[in-house]
Amino acid sequence: MPEILNVLIASVIPLLFILVYAVVILWVEIKVASHVQDRLGYMYTGGFHGWAQPIADLLKLLTKEHITPERSDKILFTLAPILVFASSYAAYAALPFTSTFIAANLNIGIFYIVAITSFVVIGILMAGWSSNNKYSLLGAMRSVAQIVSYEIPTVLSILTVIVAVGTLNLQEICEIQKGGLFSWNIFKYPPFMLITFLIYFTASLAEVNRTPFDIPEAESELVAGYHTEYTGMKFAMFYLAEYANMFLVSGIAAILFFGGWSSPFGEFLAGPGWGVFWFVSKGLFFVFLQIMLRWTLPRLRVDQLMYVSWKVLTPISFVNLMVVGLWAILK
Amino acid sequence: MSLFDVAFYVLAFITVGSAIVVVSSRNIIYSAFALLFTFFGVAGLYVLLNADFIAVTQVLIYVGGILVLIIFGVMLTTKVFDVPVKTETLHVGPAIVVTGAIMGTLFGVILKTKWFDILNVQWDGTTKKIGERLMTDFLLPFEVASVVLLVALLGAVIIARRERVKS
Repeated sequence: MPEILNVLIASVIPLLFILVYAVVILWVEIKVASHVQDRLGYMYTGGFHGWAQPIADLLKLLTKEHITPERSDKILFTLAPILVFASSYAAYAALPFTSTFIAANLNIGIFYIVAITSFVVIGILMAGWSSNNKYSLLGAMRSVAQIVSYEIPTVLSILTVIVAVGTLNLQEICEIQKGGLFSWNIFKYPPFMLITFLIYFTASLAEVNRTPFDIPEAESELVAGYHTEYTGMKFAMFYLAEYANMFLVSGIAAILFFGGWSSPFGEFLAGPGWGVFWFVSKGLFFVFLQIMLRWTLPRLRVDQLMYVSWKVLTPISFVNLMVVGLWAILK
Repeated sequence: MSLFDVAFYVLAFITVGSAIVVVSSRNIIYSAFALLFTFFGVAGLYVLLNADFIAVTQVLIYVGGILVLIIFGVMLTTKVFDVPVKTETLHVGPAIVVTGAIMGTLFGVILKTKWFDILNVQWDGTTKKIGERLMTDFLLPFEVASVVLLVALLGAVIIARRERVKS
């Protein structure tokens, strides 16, 4: 059955990408953290700068015992990590890796991604509640309040881009930005697109629970937030989902503002193969930025977090949307 | 059986199965989480009917908004999630009348509608058409809906404020 085979191949490629990327980024995160703190990090495993350490870490996680707390809710406790990872993996279906490969070329690509990631919220709530642990529940509550609040500036800034390009299809959004550095969306409607990008990037940091918005995990207050009780493979699923989400929001930033798979030099170094290179390296750049920020900035307080979302980012993105919309009509 | 049929039966099973859990579960938090799969199944059925925009909107609003609100409500109401929910049979007579009437109406609609096979119809994106209709023919209902939402928002703010003044 070729139909089923096609579906399988299209769905396995993003999964393989996530797995390979997670191993790489695990190493990068530790190394960047170490260098920011003026130390070397691990140097021994595998030889060159401890490159095999993430693989060893993964093997360790795989072989660890599964501990399910006695008074936890067994069904939901098991279901939660699966739900969280499945929803961030499902979002990869609409990411155009290059001009010829996209797992599902949806007409409503970006809208689909925004919607499907809301399953993450439910998964986190499920994890927090089923663990039967105060830290977990508090972490889940914080996480959900944060994701729901920051969804508004995120969606508004995505909407601004959509007003400018006039399509929801991520492949078409990339297509429009073809032809070199200055046809990227970030340089359109100056300086409003730049502001939109900054809002999107800030809000997306909160969406993926990264510092300075890592209040849900806040190891100094909540142990580890919603995944306090998780061990072994289930914990690894949360971890994987977090890294997958980091690349997801970075990839969307690359597509919406920085041309996705299109080359910065117009026709030079363009093509399907180079498309993968450009898309992945643009995405990884923003992931790197997120990691750098994590080891540079302190954590916000809960009230500051809400203040930033509702009183700073949301009004600015509303004004942005209106100005870009008006400009797009007049043009 | 084609891939389409398999997808339909799987989604229909998810929708109906989880809906049964929603009404029959004794633990209210299970009902709330089972609702997630009902919404997911319904969204999947919309996708099979080529209504992509409606499907995604269904997920965004019901899963991302309403379900989160329900679960929050259940969790924040102290001790509610420890109380077993009554699922015994009450008021059998009136219930039969009401459900019978609803079932009759649904059957009437099913029999009267002229069905067509969606596999034979080629549809392109629905988003643009929905947008155009909302901004032309259905502008008034659209605006009225937004006013209703605004009123609800203001009401929520007023309720939240009043409590703070008292304490």
